[in-house]
Amino acid sequence: MSGLAIEREVLIEAPIQVVWRTITEPDQMSQWFADRVDLVVEPGAHGYMGFGDQGGPVVVETVDPPTHFSFRWNHPREEDPVAGNSMLVEFTLTPEGDERTRLRVAESGHEQRDWPIAEKQRYADEHQEGWGEFLGRLATMLAKPSR
Amino acid sequence: MTTQADDELWSAIADPSRRRVLDLLISNGEVSASWLAGRVPFSRQAVSKHLVVLDQAGLISRRKKGREVLYRVEVNRLDQATRVMADLAAQWDRRLGTIKRLAEAAHAEATKMRTLEPRR
Repeated sequence: MSGLAIEREVLIEAPIQVVWRTITEPDQMSQWFADRVDLVVEPGAHGYMGFGDQGGPVVVETVDPPTHFSFRWNHPREEDPVAGNSMLVEFTLTPEGDERTRLRVAESGHEQRDWPIAEKQRYADEHQEGWGEFLGRLATMLAKPSR
Repeated sequence: MTTQADDELWSAIADPSRRRVLDLLISNGEVSASWLAGRVPFSRQAVSKHLVVLDQAGLISRRKKGREVLYRVEVNRLDQATRVMADLAAQWDRRLGTIKRLAEAAHAEATKMRTLEPRR
């Protein structure tokens, strides 16, 4: 069972290559993610992300231009991020025509399953209501006056 | 940023079977493990295991009533979970919003350059 997984997506009016550069180039990353990004975008590369006076190590996992980019970070903790102590951030880019790109991000914790993409998709389909939706629904139920 | 306690919480909720158990507890108040087992497509043994995980994560509590053990949802803990989740999701929405702005600006700039070029 995978752990924490937050999934969000956005539709961007720009070609996939432009979006790819925005999410992978360190000087761009420092505009949307951390204040300081020291990172070589290569699988297995170790880097550092600074947030104000805090920071932590980051390890690049997948670099598959222009569709998949993922890295592990464990927030400002001093250990090396590996499966089990860190969060995995996965970006998936899908072109929607020449000038539009759908960008999905998933942040998950705990053990990472090394499943083929198709397997993962099947799993996600079978568990249509992710725990994010589940919690959203609970929030509504909890907001009602008690029975 | 997650703590050990959060990790337990997230993995407790990550399992669809446990969400089903939580659902039943929320809609039915205080019930026993055998009552739950009669309403889910998995074994009584599996129900007990799920209850242990949910209890450890602080999402439910148990009390003895006669010879029965009754379980109920810990509303505050669930409430806390929904808020943390919403915060993390909002953080990603902000980041994706920035990425969108940066990429669209870069694209608009490149398009402008291209349309200007032939005139030069």
